[in-house]
Amino acid sequence: MSPTYYLLLSALLFSIGAVGVLVRRNAIVVFMCIELMLNAVNLSLVTFSRINGQLDGQVMAFFVMVVAAAEVVVGLAIIMSIFRTRRTASVDDANLLKY
Amino acid sequence: MTSQAQVAPLMAPPIDYAALAPLLIVLAAACIAVLVEAFLPRHQRWPAQVTLSVVAIGAAGLALGLYAGNGPAGITTLADSLAVDGPTLFLWGTLLALGLGSILLIADRSVEPGGALIASAASRAVVGGGAGAEGIAPPPEDRSYGTPGLAPTMQTEVFPFTLFALAGMMAFCAANDLLTMFVALEVLSLPLYIMCGLARRRRLMSQEAAVKYFLLGAFASAFFLYGLALIYGYAGSVRLTDIATAAVGTARSDALLLGGLALLVVGLMFKGSVGPFHTWTPDVYQGAPTPVTAFMAACTKVAAFGAILRVLHVAFGDTRWEWRGVLWAIAILSMVIGAVIGLTQTDIKRMIAYSSVAHAGFLLIGAISITEQGVSGTLFYLLAYGFTTLAVFGVISLVRNADGEATHLSQWAGLAKRSPIVAGVMTFLLLALAGIPLTSGFTAKFAVFSAGLGDGMAPLVVIALVASAVAAFFYVRVIVLMYFSEPAADGPTVTVPGAFTTAAITLGVIVTLLLGIVPTLALGWAGGGGFVG
Repeated sequence: MSPTYYLLLSALLFSIGAVGVLVRRNAIVVFMCIELMLNAVNLSLVTFSRINGQLDGQVMAFFVMVVAAAEVVVGLAIIMSIFRTRRTASVDDANLLKY
Repeated sequence: MTSQAQVAPLMAPPIDYAALAPLLIVLAAACIAVLVEAFLPRHQRWPAQVTLSVVAIGAAGLALGLYAGNGPAGITTLADSLAVDGPTLFLWGTLLALGLGSILLIADRSVEPGGALIASAASRAVVGGGAGAEGIAPPPEDRSYGTPGLAPTMQTEVFPFTLFALAGMMAFCAANDLLTMFVALEVLSLPLYIMCGLARRRRLMSQEAAVKYFLLGAFASAFFLYGLALIYGYAGSVRLTDIATAAVGTARSDALLLGGLALLVVGLMFKGSVGPFHTWTPDVYQGAPTPVTAFMAACTKVAAFGAILRVLHVAFGDTRWEWRGVLWAIAILSMVIGAVIGLTQTDIKRMIAYSSVAHAGFLLIGAISITEQGVSGTLFYLLAYGFTTLAVFGVISLVRNADGEATHLSQWAGLAKRSPIVAGVMTFLLLALAGIPLTSGFTAKFAVFSAGLGDGMAPLVVIALVASAVAAFFYVRVIVLMYFSEPAADGPTVTVPGAFTTAAITLGVIVTLLLGIVPTLALGWAGGGGFVG
C-alpha cells in the first residue's frame, strides 16, 4: 500500500482538527482538536520517515509526543483555573477583553 | 527501505560548553529556582528568588561577554542543533538585558502591596473592566497565602517561569534545526501562558488572557509543526542548511517546500505578533499583569524575529523570489492593521499592543531583506524596540487608581499636571515608538528601511513610511491628552516607584536615548558576522 495514503489521512486529520478549533465552543474540545492536529503531524512524520528510509522522522514523533504531554499539563491547568472562577469552560463566555 | 543493521554506533555529540554557557546558566538557574520554590519557607522565597534570578542573568551575561570578547567565529554545536554566531550572540545579549529589566519589574513590590503578582486576592470584587461580569459565580475559597494582617506575599513561582521562558527564547533564536526550534518554542511559550494567568486582582481578565493565549498559541504551534513535517518530507532533514541545499539541488516539486514554509511562517509570525496573526496580542497584553506584559512584549518579539531571521536567511535565502511576495503582503497588512486599529483604541495597553503589531511589520521589512544590512538592521531594531517597550510598560504600571492600574486613556488626561516627570518620560518613550529623531526609534527605522531600499523594496518602504506617519498620530494623541487636558477629579494617582521599577525604567530610557544619539556602537555589534550554516 502506498505511503501516500497515510499522508492524505494525516492531512485530513489535521484539517478536521483545525476546523474543530475554529467551530467548537468548549475549551476542552478545542484543546482536543489541537491534540488531534499534533497527532496528525506525528502520522505524517512517521510516513515521511518511511518514504525517506530514515529513522529521523520517528524520533521527531517522540519529541512531539513529549511536547504535547507538557502542553496538556499546562493547558488543562489553565482551563481548570478559569472553570473554577467562571463555572464554565465555554470560550464564548470569556469576553471581557475585546476591541 | 535501507537496512538499519549496519548503523554506526551512536556517539555522544561534542558540546562547546564555553559557547553555550549563557544558555546553560539560565536553564540551571531555572531548575534551582523550582527547588527554591519547593524547599524554602514562604517568607524567604522572594529574596532568594530575586537574588537567584538576578545573579543568574548577570552570570550568563558575564559568560556571554567573555565568550564574545574573543571575537569567535560562528560555530554550530550539540550535533549542529544550536548555532552560536554573531546574530545569536547579539540576540542573547539583548534577551539577557531585557530579561533583567523584566525581572526587576516583576519583582517590584512597592508599586502595589505584594507586587502585581500577589498571592491572595485582596480585592476580588474588582472584576477586570467591570463590564460583562454579571452572573459569574464567586470564586471558591482561595488558598490563603501569608498571614492575615501581615503584608501580602507574592507568587514567587513567576521567577522560575521567567527563567525557563528566557532560556527557551535563547534556544529559540539559536536553533539550527526546526525540531530544536519547535521544542524551544514550547519551552518559551508554556511558562508564558501560565504567567499571563497569574494576576489575582484582575483575575478574570488575566485568566481569560491566559486561555486565549494558550489555545491560539497551541493552534499556531500545530501549524509550525505541520510545516516542519512537510519540509522534512521534502528535504529529508530538518537542519536549516540541509533544507537550503535540498531547495536548490532537487528537481522535485516545490509544493511540499513552499507549503511547509507557509505553515512554518504562520507559527513564527504568531509568536512575533505580525499582521493577520496578531489577534491574541491586544487581549493578552491587556489581560496579563503589566510586568509580565513587559516581558512578553519585549523578549518574545526579540526571540521570534531572531528565529524568523534565521529561518528565512539560512534555509530559504536562495528561494527568496518564490516567497517574498507573500511576506510583502503580510508586512503591509501588519503595518496597516497596527496603525489603523491602533487609532481607535481607548486602553493604553491595547494601544501599545497594536503599536507592536505595526512595529512587527517594520521589522519584517528588515527580515525579508536577504542582505547583511537586513540582518544588522533588524537586530538593531529589536534591541531598540525591546528597551523602549519595557520602559513603556514600566511607566504604565505606575499610573493607578483605587482599582489597580488605570489603563483607560481618559484616565491619563492631564497627567502632566499631577506628575510632570512620569508624563515627560512617557512622552519621550512614545516619541521613540513613533520614530522621532534623537531617539532609538528613528535610527532603528532608518536602519531597517535603508536595508529594505537596498534590497529593492522601495514600494514597501514607502508604505511603511505612511504607516509610521499614521501610527505617530496615536502616540501624539496620548501626549496631547497628558499635557493639554484638564485632569479628571477622581483621576488616577502616580505611584512613586520602588528602586526596582525605577531601575528598569531608567535602563529603558537610557538605552533609548543612547541608541538615538550614538547608534554606531550597537550597529557595529549588530553587524558583527552573519549566520553560520
